[in-house]
Amino acid sequence: MQLSVWTYEGPPHVGAMRVATAMKGLHYVLHAPQGDTYADLLFTMIERRNHRPPVTYTTFEARDLGKDTAQLFQDAAMDAVERFNPEAIIVGASCTAELIQDDPGGLSEAMDLPCPAIPLELPSYQRKENWGAAETFYQIVRNLADTGVERAPMEGRAEGQNPRANILGPCALGFRHRDDLVEIRKILDTLGVEINLVAPLDARPSDIARIGEADFNIVLYPEIADEAARWLERTFKQPAIRSVPIGVGATRAFIAEVAELAGADPTPALGDTHSRMPWWSRSVDSTYLTGKRVFIFGDATHAVAAARIARDELGFEVCGLGCYNREFAREVRAEAKEHGLEPLITDDHLAVEEAIIEAAPEMVLGTQMERHIAKRLGMPCAVISAPVHVQDFPARHSPQMGFEGANVIFDTWVHPLVMGLEEHLLTMFREDFEFSDDAGASHHAAHSPILPGKGRVTASEVRGGGANSVSPPAHDEESGSPPLHHPADGTPPHSGEDAVWTAEATKELKKIPFFVRGKARRNTETFAAEQGRAEIDIETLYDAKAHYAR
Amino acid sequence: MNHVAALPGCSSEQSAQGQRPVLRERGQREVFCGLTGIVWLHRKMQDAFFLVVGSRTCAHLLQSAAGVMIFAEPRFATAIMEERDLAGMVDAQDELDRVVSRLLARRPDIKTLFLVGSCPSEVIKLDLAKAAERLGTRYMPDVRILNYSGSGIETTFTQGEDTCLTALVPEMPQLGEDAPRNLLIVGSLPDIVEDQFLRLFDQLGIENVASLPARNARDLPSVGPNTRYLLAQPFLAETAMALEDRGAVRLEAMFPFGADGTTDWLKAAAREFGVDEQLFNRVIAPGRERAKRAMDHARSELEGKRISFLPDSQLEVPLARFLSTEMGMVPVEVGTPYLHRAHLAGDLALISDKARISEGQHVDRQLDRVREDRPDLTVCGLGLANPLEAEGLTTKWAIELVFSPIHGFDQAGDLAELFARPLRRRDRLEV
Repeated sequence: MQLSVWTYEGPPHVGAMRVATAMKGLHYVLHAPQGDTYADLLFTMIERRNHRPPVTYTTFEARDLGKDTAQLFQDAAMDAVERFNPEAIIVGASCTAELIQDDPGGLSEAMDLPCPAIPLELPSYQRKENWGAAETFYQIVRNLADTGVERAPMEGRAEGQNPRANILGPCALGFRHRDDLVEIRKILDTLGVEINLVAPLDARPSDIARIGEADFNIVLYPEIADEAARWLERTFKQPAIRSVPIGVGATRAFIAEVAELAGADPTPALGDTHSRMPWWSRSVDSTYLTGKRVFIFGDATHAVAAARIARDELGFEVCGLGCYNREFAREVRAEAKEHGLEPLITDDHLAVEEAIIEAAPEMVLGTQMERHIAKRLGMPCAVISAPVHVQDFPARHSPQMGFEGANVIFDTWVHPLVMGLEEHLLTMFREDFEFSDDAGASHHAAHSPILPGKGRVTASEVRGGGANSVSPPAHDEESGSPPLHHPADGTPPHSGEDAVWTAEATKELKKIPFFVRGKARRNTETFAAEQGRAEIDIETLYDAKAHYAR
Repeated sequence: MNHVAALPGCSSEQSAQGQRPVLRERGQREVFCGLTGIVWLHRKMQDAFFLVVGSRTCAHLLQSAAGVMIFAEPRFATAIMEERDLAGMVDAQDELDRVVSRLLARRPDIKTLFLVGSCPSEVIKLDLAKAAERLGTRYMPDVRILNYSGSGIETTFTQGEDTCLTALVPEMPQLGEDAPRNLLIVGSLPDIVEDQFLRLFDQLGIENVASLPARNARDLPSVGPNTRYLLAQPFLAETAMALEDRGAVRLEAMFPFGADGTTDWLKAAAREFGVDEQLFNRVIAPGRERAKRAMDHARSELEGKRISFLPDSQLEVPLARFLSTEMGMVPVEVGTPYLHRAHLAGDLALISDKARISEGQHVDRQLDRVREDRPDLTVCGLGLANPLEAEGLTTKWAIELVFSPIHGFDQAGDLAELFARPLRRRDRLEV
């Protein structure tokens, strides 16, 4: 048994739902007890979908268990096929139904349904959501692809017959999949590559049949599409493009790879004049971003991409890197090595929190879990990966991929930070009341207004609770929980294990801007410990500053 | 006139006693399971922790139903069973001991620990009662360990509170036959509402009033043959039976929604405790007047509007009563997961015979009826609200009725507002 408070991933059948919900003309008959229907709200509320997910649940009850739950499943499958008239169904069990071993696959096969029924074996007690999505997509492709299709070799094709690609991976509840797809379509269009099929998003079972007609595959989200792409590679000899175009460098690599496979000229796509991120990053205002320490955690693909952007395109220093999906840990390990880091591969959010506290970053790039961790620790944060919440499905176009995605990432990551000039002003006018710690960054007024006599207001008080649709009015911060809160700004400085802060040094420390104060405090204490000083006075503070000067 | 003819779909179930017909349905149920109750119960009982023994699905449900992770570390968690627990490679009871000891070491503030059964733990027949007993001998008196089921195969949404409170009843201290009469308010209410009621009972001169659940799970009220209790929530059938086994007597009343419901509910206690009628009227007059004034704001928006309830929290019948008799709305269908005729008798009697009462669910057929009825407002779960809105039907999320303070005089206006707002919004938007 694993003690869990929050989970990064749902069970594997939720992954299957993500694929089913993304597609059209497909229905999922899920053997599951009542209550498992909660998963519908992930799609209708978090993603604001305007249709119910195409899922029929058997919703068996305790009284059914002694009787015939298998019949219940068959009735539900029959009703679903009659009512929704799908081109194909996928059938499977949730965690509880897995235990009663009714074999939905065998049951539906015996029913002689008017459409294909694809059985899913998703072991709920071993696997998780992303794996479930990948396995489901693979089974759909494997069962529905017409293996008899023949395609002419690329060489010697008639003029006007463009190379064709499948875009694999975009899915329901994905982080910015909708918008990424727009950017990828633009790139392919510029390169003269025709899209044979996008799947699972908006694909029909009948579309999947012609998946073999493409010349190559683009594995946009490996967590979902890699399994299927490897089968396609074997079956149809379709090469796969595995560069994930998140960031300017990765987008260039992606364009080059596609152009190479398609025999196209990459120049027009590479010369996209809307790519502003490189100049925004080079302009002098961004100088202050240099060496900002960021902690990165998410799914492996997004975490690796974020680490590369952080270091190579924004000049940050990556001080922590990890992912929650073990299936893709290898990529994260390799990338962490590049940054001289120990990778953090875990799905325990408390372990992630400990690592963040330990690393004391200046910004956290993570999932909605890390957003909450960062909020409690008072650290800036931007979301880079699923799992995400309702605010991560914006109304506006907001991709992560392509050059526009890089523009969006620049804005999204830089915004939570104190701005360049402001950083200097904060240092100069430390004692000015407008630059007090409570004020925070000036462009984040909504997060930290000062009320007379009340001090800083928490974000939830400002929102009036309920930033989220599903939640009861937010009661923030748990009372009675153990002291997990380690203030990053170090007020007041805790007496280190062996060194005691003098009153003057404490006062001096407070003059250091809040966003670097935590680091100054820790450095000073470490320095004092190394030097064996029993007391931290002003001299120690400045000796430490000199020692750690970079 | 024949009821049955007037009620499409109600072709059966008219009992010999002339009870109103009820459409009973069996099919896909689009409801939460009882684990969801933990979301409000852990806020109510501040010294209690809820440990679900279940699967990743249970953990995922809780975090989805609880909304964003607003809590640093909430007082609930899931012990997720894994392959080795099921394959018999480890003893699930030993594993549970390990998880509980780790949890209690981490959270010394916990005074009551609920082991909460789930669908998978019920199916594999993991005996949580035995586990609670075994762990109890180890951790008492510091931590009391109880168990109940919140599994979807046994409980629907608010029934999770029912099974939780039922588990508390045997722990309540016993009052003797000679003990003075006491009054219990049964069902978790937001603290502010509970305090309002306690003030009113105090002004009425009723002494010995307590709540189940208490704010601290360790401060359980006492119960005995002289205990009278008022249900504050309509979903507590098992709890009521357990209390009656201990000698307590239920006071028959409508549920305390709106001016009339709240008056009736308070009056049931006043009558039982011999409160002078003049005193009663004097004490409730200010609150009752405030309630009516507050409700007036929404009346013009709700009057004459047709409303359907999909089954969700079992609050449907009393809320339909409130909206129809006090706000002038017209109930079209009142769906509820379970219909407890005895507890709901007062409210049910006041709902027009023209309204269709349905129990259980077949969600697809129910949605067909909603599309045919085209009510002005449909009260439904979160999975259905946006899809129905997209079809042009205005909706109210049922879950908000569970999470918001809606009982009593001073919340009557807020309760009416919850229904008026979606309609007002629909009229206001020009996009």
